[in-house]
Amino acid sequence: MSATDLSRLRPMTCEQSHLTRPDGSASLHQGNTSVLVAVYGPGEVKMNKEIIDKSTVEVMYKPKTGLPGCAEKFQERILRNTCETIIATTLHPRTSIDIIIQEMQNSGSLLACCINAACLALMDAAVSMKCLVAAVTCVIDSEGEKILDPTDKQESEAIASFVFAFDNRDFNVITVHSKGSYTNEQLQSCLVTCREASVSIFQFYRDLVTKMVEKNL
Amino acid sequence: MRETPLSNCEREFLLLAIAHKKRIDGRQVYDYRRLKISFGVDRGCCHVEMGHTRVMAQISCEVTPPKQARPTDGVIFLNLEMSPMASPSFEPGRLSEYGVELNRILERCIKESRCVDTESLCIMAGEKVWTIRVDIHVLNHEGNIVDCASIAAIAALSHFRRPDVTVSGEDITIHAPEDREPVPLSVHHLPVCVTFAFFDQGKYLLVDPTEKEEKVMDGKMVIGMNKHREICTLQMTGNMLLLKDQVLRCSNIAVVKVAEITEIIQRALEQDSKARSSGKKFGFAESLQKDKVTINEMDEMVVDVKDAVDQAREIIQNGEKNAVSEVADKVNMKVTLKGPGTGQIGEGGPSTWDVDEEDEEEMHPAAAGRLTGQQLRGTAPVEPVVLSGDSEEEDTVTLLSEHLHTGKLSVTKLATEGINLSSAIKLKSKKNKSLKSGHTPKKKRTERTS
Repeated sequence: MSATDLSRLRPMTCEQSHLTRPDGSASLHQGNTSVLVAVYGPGEVKMNKEIIDKSTVEVMYKPKTGLPGCAEKFQERILRNTCETIIATTLHPRTSIDIIIQEMQNSGSLLACCINAACLALMDAAVSMKCLVAAVTCVIDSEGEKILDPTDKQESEAIASFVFAFDNRDFNVITVHSKGSYTNEQLQSCLVTCREASVSIFQFYRDLVTKMVEKNL
Repeated sequence: MRETPLSNCEREFLLLAIAHKKRIDGRQVYDYRRLKISFGVDRGCCHVEMGHTRVMAQISCEVTPPKQARPTDGVIFLNLEMSPMASPSFEPGRLSEYGVELNRILERCIKESRCVDTESLCIMAGEKVWTIRVDIHVLNHEGNIVDCASIAAIAALSHFRRPDVTVSGEDITIHAPEDREPVPLSVHHLPVCVTFAFFDQGKYLLVDPTEKEEKVMDGKMVIGMNKHREICTLQMTGNMLLLKDQVLRCSNIAVVKVAEITEIIQRALEQDSKARSSGKKFGFAESLQKDKVTINEMDEMVVDVKDAVDQAREIIQNGEKNAVSEVADKVNMKVTLKGPGTGQIGEGGPSTWDVDEEDEEEMHPAAAGRLTGQQLRGTAPVEPVVLSGDSEEEDTVTLLSEHLHTGKLSVTKLATEGINLSSAIKLKSKKNKSLKSGHTPKKKRTERTS
């Protein structure tokens, strides 16, 4: 494994607006990991979940097999916090924005794929956002090497794994999710690496929108 | 979220068009929408698109003890998830009536038709069998979920490979997919459901209704059939009555449709197995049409990480300069033992929460300093119970221990006094006062319920 092999992002494919019922939908394929996200909103909110000055952001994560359990609730929490940060919720008080995420294939770095797909779906639904978000996964394997955008085999053998989500204005960190034990230096160097990688992802978003709008004009 | 209701003019237009044998998407009366089947990288993952309706099925397997009644049979568990993605009216959590109905139809079609041989799923009779779990997720609801789901389920079952097992005496070895090639399930036949929608008391018939057509139909009939002309399941719902020859006509149409659909499923399975064996790429990403405007691709991106480590070191050094150094002796880390099982670290400090003016006096004794068990018992003041005799709407009776012992007497006493319910409907402030006044459990209850 050469140095360039470890610091690469898997090829990405994205399709938007392919579901007819939701307000916005996106399916993102990063290598073999595929995620499908649908967004409904801003729409009607249940009385008990209503917030008078903001929109209620609800995230539902559906695993491929089995019924949703605690691990899924944890994922939902992380995704909800990320989405609430980027959506301009004060523009739509007393409404609800539902984000439904369906796992289609898990071949590593699923959480980052979910965050990216959620951002794309929100873009497709034309929900007002303060900034876009791009997430990158980085793991540290048993030899102390950094691996960007790992496959599921690399993820399961890793000592520590990080998911960083960045915004596209100042490249500040929105979300950090880490597992395992690591040194401060490792954390910071992974952060810098992921920040570099997120630049390519933001360019990907830009190309997607350019392609769609170009053909319309 | 609530669904947008169908307007009356839309409804009338649809019914009028159907009466003239026209459908709003331009299909013929007996035509199916475009069917597309694709498989994922995982074995047993199938994605079916019927027009705009999208369904995904995933098969997984597990070794479990068998059912008591059937010790030599494996178990097939089917679950149709009406994901809130598919329609705003699908709520997460409990299945609606519609969801239960669809689940049942699919169960009958797949499980009770015995399309998958359950005896071959037995590992050790009475102790270990394979449980095959079929999870079907509805991704987009544009009508006719049942057909789509049945195709997805049976295609996924045919696509799935379970790990190979060897039994030698009492030892069971389940081989990992890397060691031994996984084994396909033994699928006898491919049952597929065909849905018919009826309008105007069975006068007009449509095959594969869309979501709008489903909303205006009188009733529907689902026929599950395989290509050997065997009917696996038949269900009719809705408020309509059908004639015998209508049912026979539908089954004849179903024969033709099922033959076509089975052909498409088998072709898709062959294509996928060819792609896998020849080393070509397969999976969902490959099955997308790349020339659509809404699709964007990005090849493998190389990220420059040469100065990542140096940048990281810089950040850490800057961080250390700015951070407030935590001196260990600022925090009192001495541990003192207060008694058996009670230890204390630190002194605690005054409460840093914002408290209201009036509560501050109450908070003070508790906030300042140590709260060990012994101290709490000593300092908690017991407020004496004040009986306010000035509330005019009730006779306040304090039940003392003598009353309780004499049982009957106290009950009749209250009854003769007469509980005046009309006076219980008073302002809240008065109610609060009366609640403070002593122990009158019986009185309290009547007040609250009125």
